[in-house]
Formats: sequence, C-alpha cells, structure tokens
Amino acid sequence: MRQSIRESGLAEVGAAVTSIVEESGLSTRFIAVAIRPAGVIGLAFVTLILSTAILAPLLATVDPFSLSGPPLAAPSSVHFMGTDALGRDLFSGVLYGTRTSLLIATAVSLLALVCGVSVGLVAGAMGGVIDDLLMRGTELFQVLPRFFLVAVTVALFGPGIDRVVLTLGLTSWPVLARVVRGEVVALRNLEFVLAARAIGASRSHILGAVILPQVIPSIVIMIGLMFGQVLLIEASLGFLGLGDPNAVTWGMLAGQAQGYLRSAWWLALFPGLAITITVLGFNLLADAISSELHARSIGGTT
Amino acid sequence: MQWLRHLSAFCRDREVQPVSGQFVLRRLVQVIPTMIGVVLIAFLLIHLAPGDPVVALAGEHGDAEYYAFMRERFGLDRPLPQQLATYFARVATGDLGVSYVHGRSTLGVIMERVPATLLLTGTALMLAVLISVPLGAIAARSPGRVRDLGINSVALFLYSAPVFWVGQIAILFLAFQLDLFPVQGMTSAGSATKGLARMFDIMRHLALPALVLASQELAVLVRLTRSGLIDELARDHVRTARAKGVGELLVIARHAMPRALMPAITVIGARTGQLIAGAAVVEIVFGWPGIGRLLVTSLQARDTPVLLGLFTMISFAVVVANFVTDLVHAAIDPRIRLG
Repeated sequence: MRQSIRESGLAEVGAAVTSIVEESGLSTRFIAVAIRPAGVIGLAFVTLILSTAILAPLLATVDPFSLSGPPLAAPSSVHFMGTDALGRDLFSGVLYGTRTSLLIATAVSLLALVCGVSVGLVAGAMGGVIDDLLMRGTELFQVLPRFFLVAVTVALFGPGIDRVVLTLGLTSWPVLARVVRGEVVALRNLEFVLAARAIGASRSHILGAVILPQVIPSIVIMIGLMFGQVLLIEASLGFLGLGDPNAVTWGMLAGQAQGYLRSAWWLALFPGLAITITVLGFNLLADAISSELHARSIGGTT
Repeated sequence: MQWLRHLSAFCRDREVQPVSGQFVLRRLVQVIPTMIGVVLIAFLLIHLAPGDPVVALAGEHGDAEYYAFMRERFGLDRPLPQQLATYFARVATGDLGVSYVHGRSTLGVIMERVPATLLLTGTALMLAVLISVPLGAIAARSPGRVRDLGINSVALFLYSAPVFWVGQIAILFLAFQLDLFPVQGMTSAGSATKGLARMFDIMRHLALPALVLASQELAVLVRLTRSGLIDELARDHVRTARAKGVGELLVIARHAMPRALMPAITVIGARTGQLIAGAAVVEIVFGWPGIGRLLVTSLQARDTPVLLGLFTMISFAVVVANFVTDLVHAAIDPRIRLG
C-alpha cells in the first residue's frame, strides 16, 4: 500500500517535471546539453569551481597570506597542497585565487558582452556607412595585442584589478561583435523579420525583441569560450607579475613557483591545474551547447 | 617513393595563382588606417596617464635637462593636435622614444631581442602545423571513434591549459625527471661560440620551449583541420575522386586538404598576437632571451618607452600577418582573388 503511494507520488513528480520541461524550450535545451558527455564534465567542473569560489572562506584552512607552516613543506594532511617559500598554505591560496580569477573573468566578459552585442547589432541592422565604420573599428580592436596593451596600461597607470578588467574588456569584444553582426545580416531579411516590419514594428523593437533572441545561443557560446580565454590571459599576466599585488591569483601563485621548480614541484602543479580545470569546464560547456545547437539546426536529434 | 611522386604532382597541379597587384593595393589601403589607429591609441595612453607625458616617453628617472630635450623632440610644449602630428612623424621614421634604462633608441633595444623570439615562434608554428595536420586528418577519417575522441580530448586539454603550466610540467618531467632536455637558456655555458656545434647547442635548448609553445597553437589547429576536412570529405569532388579509384592518401592530400586548411590559415594569421604573448610567457619559463624577458625587465624598471614600443611593433606585426594571410587566401581561392 505504502509502496504504491510512493510510486504514484514519484510518477506524479515525474509527470510534472516532464510537462515543465516540455513547456519551456529553454530547459529542454539545458537538459539536452547536460546529458552530452562533454556537457556533464563541463557542468561538473564549472559547478565545482563556482562552489569553491563561494565557499572559499569556509573551505580554506588558514588565511592565504599568513605564515602558517614550515617553508617549502611538501603536501601533507595539514597542508593539502604544501607551503611556499615563506610557509604560506598553498591550498588556501588556490581557494582564494578562484574568487579573484572568476571575478576578473566575469567582469571582463560582461563588459565585452555589452560592447560586442551593441556594436554587432547596430552594424548588422544599419548596414551601409555605419556598418563599414563600425567594422573598421572592430578590426582595429581585433589587432591590438591585449597582453602587451595591459602591460603598457599597468606601467602607465600602476597595477590594479580595475584597469586590467577595463583594458581586457575593451579589447575582448571584436569577435563577439563580428559573430552577432554576421547573424543579424543573415536574419534581417528572413520572413519572420519582414513580417514584423510589415505589421509596423519599430526598428528597435525588431532588433531587440525579434532578432536578438535568435542570436542569444551564439552569444552564449562565444561568452563561454571568451571566459576561458580571459582566464588564461589573466593567469599569464599574473604569472609575469602584472596583477594586483594585494589579491591572490592563480597566475601569481604559478609565477612564484618558477623560482622553486627544482625544490617544490607542488607550487607549480596545483595553481596551473586549477586554471586548467576551470577553463576546460567552460570550454566543454560551450562545446556541448554548440554541438546541441548544430544538431538542432540540421534536424538531427543526437 | 610513391608519396614523393604524389607530393610533386600535388605541387605542380595546384592552382596557386599569383595575386593581382590591384588586390594587394586594395588590401594595403585597408591596412594603413589600422596602423594609424594603433599609433593613435598609444598616443592617447601617453596623454591619459597620470603625470607628465614626458615620463611615458623618457622613463621615470630622467633629469630636468633630459626631460627638456625629450619635450622638444616630441613637441610636448606645443598644442595637442601638433603633438599628435609630431608623434606620428616620429613613429613613421622609426623613433619610438629612448629607453632610459638602456640609454639607447627603443627600436634598437627591441630589435636586438626580436631574432630569439622569431626563432622560437617560427619553430613552434612549424612544429604545430607539422603535427596538427596529420593528427587532424586521422581524426577526420573516423569521426566519433576512439582515435578521434582521443585526439580531440588532448587538443581540448592543451587549449585549456595555460602555456606557462605546460612549460613548468614539461620541465618537471622531461628535463628534471627524464633529463632529456636542458632546463634554461639558449646556450650552455662554456659551449662552442660558432659553427655547427653552436647551432646544435641552440637547437637542443630550443626544442622544449618550442614544443610547449607549439602545444598552444596545435590545440586550435587540430580542431580546425579536423572540422575543415570532415566538411571537405563530404563534397562531391571528393566522392568523384574516390569513385575514380584514387587512393585515400591522395584524396586527402590533393583533393580535400588545401581547401580544408583555409580556416586554419585564417586562424594562424589572426592568432599572431596570442602567439607572441605565449612566446613571452614561455621565454620567462625557460629563460629564453627574447622580448618576453625584455617585457618583464622593462616593467620592473617602469621603462615605458620600451613597453609602448613593444605594443606598437607587435600591433604592426599582427596587422602585417593578417595582410599576408589574406594574400595566401587569395592565392588559394580565386573567389577571394576576384571577388
């Protein structure tokens, strides 16, 4: 008796979930992405990293700046990832580094998202001289070597997270703008857009409510890939000592390891591993989304 | 020697056409505004920075007399539009300021480091192409199979790993543990200073950093070659070639590969900036005496003229690389050449 009630209850929940999933296209998409092998691993890595960033103060065994153990101690049950030359706990450093890296990458991606989508939408929708001018500008920003530009900025304006974010954000949008523009150009003469125009929808309404939703999947993929790239650039900058000296970053930790390669392998292994897992997570997720969309667009169901 | 015959036939029959002067001219006209834009950004940075712009051009540690000389040289006492004109004229003649640390022209200081970086990036790019094209072809031959999955996973892993970490791990395993490669520098202390012995010494030191830098490019190129080749192999002309009984190797090398490589060529050009940035990082990991070391020492000394010079010159290099990519494209694909 009890058993059957539980079963029927489960069946009800199951039916409810199915109906919710069927009603909103978004969650079907999400589930379709999440059941791809790449999606599963990507999602797992990203969840791991995000929760690490949120829970860093709870998980960290000590303050990452405090001298908490013997210098250059190998990984042990007290210091999971060993200690550096000053006896600072590497495990706590890597945990706090998650926060800085994700914060910078998120801020940069948001900035690039705003710039890239606006430029791409306007260029694609307006066409003509404005399109030409905007695309010339995009080309200019695309050739700027981000890495060396940040070096110049830090040298001229002093070190700090704000200028790193600003410089990377203002130079990371061109690819996004080109993708968005390309899609808008391809879409703007399709029937449903013409139909919206025919019933008298305003230009901004067509752009924002008719065309933009169609472009969102590509934007999501591009942002996922960009997030990984920004993490890597930020790490390289930290590695060369271009980051904020007051914040722990993975790149900075890896840079400090450089002097102790022969005596303390753990200093090099763990920060780099953390970066790789994070970037891999976002790349896998972007990959899964893009193959899901590709499968959809060619009518497959894989 | 069957493959050698194929290769020579491939080179002979390829429709690689010389690109018309008109096409070159049209692209050249597009290149110049971009270069002007780069110089404009450098100029803006100098003037937006807090403090006297002369510091950005002459370094922090100059005396009053030297600053006066540099102000005169870059026209810093005149109105802003005139300063801009002077700055453009200076850059156009190759004057990127004077490195205070080195006491010489910035251009000279940078050019001194370019050969080492060029050797590293050139070797890395060559290795990346030589390894990624066959790997991409193997993966494309059996999409979805174990081999494809393996190659793809390694490529994605390398694409996601920071290049300094790949370098550090390579040093830990291949140099320390297995003792296969030297760890640091471009030459061994006390080794031959000229001739073949010196060349071999440099090559021995170059191998590991070049491989590490190549791994970064490799990751992108494998994926592009694979997807490009999968698309090409599904085309009619490939099916026809197979139906005629052309061997599989020849089908791939001669009928499918050239066009399949177009996206990879684009990306090689577009990634020039990343390649040089990667080289700078690899140089620090391996103690290679190129522009990466110059970047770090200039940062520590706040030698802004050198940093601005590096930024300007690398931007120009990227512009030129994109220009060359376009020419290569046009040579391969008549639609671009004539369109």
